[in-house]
Amino acid sequence: MADSQGPMWEVFVQKKAGQPFVHCGNLHAYDKEMALQNARDLYTRRGEGMALWVVQSSNIVSSSPEDIGSFFEPSNDKIFRHPTFYQIPDGVGHM
Amino acid sequence: MSSALYNYTLKLADDKLVLAQRLSAWTGHGPFLEEDLALTNIALDLFGTAKSLLEYAAKIEGKGRTEDDLAFFRNERQFTNCLICEQDNGDYAKTILRQAFTDSFDYLLYNQLAKSKDETLAGIAAKAIKEITYHKRHSHSWVNRFGNGTDESKMRLQNAMNELWRFTGEFFETTDDDKELSKQGIAVDFSTLKGAWEKEILTLLQTANVAIPLDAYMQTGGRKGIHTEHLGFLLSEMQVLPRMLPDAKW
Repeated sequence: MADSQGPMWEVFVQKKAGQPFVHCGNLHAYDKEMALQNARDLYTRRGEGMALWVVQSSNIVSSSPEDIGSFFEPSNDKIFRHPTFYQIPDGVGHM
Repeated sequence: MSSALYNYTLKLADDKLVLAQRLSAWTGHGPFLEEDLALTNIALDLFGTAKSLLEYAAKIEGKGRTEDDLAFFRNERQFTNCLICEQDNGDYAKTILRQAFTDSFDYLLYNQLAKSKDETLAGIAAKAIKEITYHKRHSHSWVNRFGNGTDESKMRLQNAMNELWRFTGEFFETTDDDKELSKQGIAVDFSTLKGAWEKEILTLLQTANVAIPLDAYMQTGGRKGIHTEHLGFLLSEMQVLPRMLPDAKW
């Protein structure tokens, strides 16, 4: 359908204060207020979060599939960047 | 049993129940997915409040009836909801404007009711007020959107206004019994909410460029069980299953 539903928005939910906002999906809305309300109705109905971000999808700059080679593959052979050579003390917890 | 408290609780309950039934008819028919969900969420909230209120009404009555008996086995003349709650959904502008009017009224009413000396009513109101705050935000932002949108959305909003305004006077009708309950700190006298409601709604309508019909005669009757032609159809649809199969279990 040629769209009368407004532009797409991406929705990010924060489970609780201090945690990262996690992308959980998208929706249609005409304006910021409507995007926020729709996000609340679509993505937080079952206690999924305590805070929301919405951002119009067109404002997100995305890498493209052609970028995979030049963007991501060079890191594959640089295992020294992974912290696998260290003993992580028990006290550190989640890392 | 206090018949005054029973009647008052039933009025609150019927407003919620009938409007919830109206809104739920949008399920699967919303203008698009997001709104479909938003509106049916609101309907569910209203059903929840209606259930609590009917439960309480049945308890006050003390005749062993349940909330289901009150919802499904009363006839049209025994329903005391405001006429605006039973008006047909029309287009989305009409549904939204009806909602904006009732949300503003409920927001004022339930904020007061949360201070009631009746602990049950106060508890139900305190829970509902968070929901109503959101409902109002939703409906009012849509009224603004329609009123400041396209020529067609403006026309539809004005048409809705012309149809619905005459039902808004009824919100503020009160009875001697209600006033007595209000004096005891139990009920909210609806007539005391009129000034604040008008102030809020007139501001909203002005922002949305909606004209108020000048020759509006305020309709009345719902609180006495005298309804428009719409309620009978609504009830027959809502009540048919429990009446056909009274012992049916979910």
